[in-house]
Amino acid sequence: MKIPGYEPRAVEAQAARAARLDIEDFHADYSDLLDLGDLERWPEYFTDDCLYVVTARENAEAGLPVGLIYAEGRGMIRDRAFAVKHTQMFAPRYLQHFVSNVRVLAIEGDEVRAQSNYQVLQTLVEGPTTLLQSGRYYDTFRRVGGRLLIRERRCIYETTLIANDVVYPI
Amino acid sequence: MFNAETIIHPPGTSTKEREPSAYQWPGEGMSRIPDWIYTSQHIYDEEVRRIFHGHTWNFVALEVEVPAAGDFKRSYVGPTPVVVSRDEDGAIHVFENRCVHRGVEFCRQSRGNVAEFVCPYHQWSYDLKGNLQGIPFRRGVKGEKDSGMPADFKPSDHNLRKLKVEVLHGVVFASFDATMEPVAEYLGAEILEDFEVVFKGRQLKLLGYYRNELPGNWKLYHENLKDPYHATLLHSFLVTFGLLVAGSKTAMIADPSGRHGTMASRKPDDVTKIVDSSTASQMRAYRTDLTLEDRRFLDFVPEFDSPWTVTMQTIWPNLIVQRELNTLGIRHIVPNGPHGQVMIWTMFGYATDDEDMTRHRLRQGNLMGPSGFLGLEDNEAIKFLQEGVRRSPSDVGIVKLGGTTEGTGGIISESAIRSLYRHYREVMAL
Repeated sequence: MKIPGYEPRAVEAQAARAARLDIEDFHADYSDLLDLGDLERWPEYFTDDCLYVVTARENAEAGLPVGLIYAEGRGMIRDRAFAVKHTQMFAPRYLQHFVSNVRVLAIEGDEVRAQSNYQVLQTLVEGPTTLLQSGRYYDTFRRVGGRLLIRERRCIYETTLIANDVVYPI
Repeated sequence: MFNAETIIHPPGTSTKEREPSAYQWPGEGMSRIPDWIYTSQHIYDEEVRRIFHGHTWNFVALEVEVPAAGDFKRSYVGPTPVVVSRDEDGAIHVFENRCVHRGVEFCRQSRGNVAEFVCPYHQWSYDLKGNLQGIPFRRGVKGEKDSGMPADFKPSDHNLRKLKVEVLHGVVFASFDATMEPVAEYLGAEILEDFEVVFKGRQLKLLGYYRNELPGNWKLYHENLKDPYHATLLHSFLVTFGLLVAGSKTAMIADPSGRHGTMASRKPDDVTKIVDSSTASQMRAYRTDLTLEDRRFLDFVPEFDSPWTVTMQTIWPNLIVQRELNTLGIRHIVPNGPHGQVMIWTMFGYATDDEDMTRHRLRQGNLMGPSGFLGLEDNEAIKFLQEGVRRSPSDVGIVKLGGTTEGTGGIISESAIRSLYRHYREVMAL
């Protein structure tokens, strides 16, 4: 994959502003459900034919397709949500997502392409609050019945050396 | 959270340090393991000297990572930084990532392509074989007294420190010991068999990397993959979907030296037929409520001449070869002091894969790595073990499953762990 971004905005300013407000609302809701550990509702934010990939920037820049997490379709999103919520063994933790620098890159029909920076803080029992990931979302949203859903989300992280593991989705 | 961020009893505060002569293995044969092999800086330093820098072959690269002349990769032998380089004639070289002049770790990129290596500090340059080529102002500047290198300085006496190298079926091994036997002999027939299933006659296709710190002693990763007992209990995905479950066809193979191993299993057609109610009641991880909405994830596409659908190979001291159904990869262990390791995962497929097969491997990759349904549970369990041995004043663990057997053993046995420590004690003189 060639990393998108660093591209001049092809979108008219007023349309971009309107789309950005919708995307910021989306990020706030999406972050909130993950921060609360409400994983059953996570699949509701994706289209049936979605692609969700979390990978290191070194892979993205080298065109290597592997995903730390790789889900094709909402079924795989649902399966990961169930596994993490109900069957996986890991130490308890709190997460907090912060999303900023939303840039609307393209609006085509019912689809909006955007990029946003993210940071995820993690707190383990008896540990300090630490930076789990710093990265960038490369998103394609689809408007379905008045709300945005993720058709494609690539979470490209720069925190290459992971602190043991990444349990919850990004 | 990284190891260095630990607040309560962080690494380096161990109360289990003692005088070197007081490191005596506890009695009762091989059935007990002392905590200090996981916590002592002294033991760790000896491991680096006797094992990683001693008579072992260490994984450093896959050939597919450095396919062309001038390609290089930053890598490690034990904790020691090295560079893997392919020269103009196609030969692969491995040398220390340390300029002979002042010690600068000169190679900073994970991978790349160069005509020569140049140390950024004083621009000493080396060819692709690690030979010292150029020293700026070697003869000094005109008119300056005592300028430049002495006349008797011979660059050829100051090449980068080179390691012995062998490539076996596209896998690059290196050693600080020039007397190493061929890699195939080092692996032995039992281990070579499943190694060749993955690599022999195959052109690999690189899929990408995961890297993580794992806050547990490096030996714990070997133990984990010589311990099929945990696999049947910890991992709900292995058990529920029959990838490795008590009652299915499995083997824990150890080589005659005890240092290497292959954990192997064959996925049954129907796991419910081999898990009866008495087995199920002992396995909390057997979850009848765990079902998949997308069943493609655990499909097995036959592509190997092997009775096993899963083989996990531990190749002493720093390599794991993973063949879990169709998800393939290696794990490169970089020991990082007694309390931690860095793990570099290189995932791959084969050059003959079409797009569907590549996507199948990517989907199935969710089993492994630091976010994998198996991988993350191992990382958590090993972290918990390290915290236990570091923080508790109790100081010994027990490995008595399967009695006192050593070597190849069954699924509810610690036989392969005992044989590993038989070998370890010999090498470490413990």
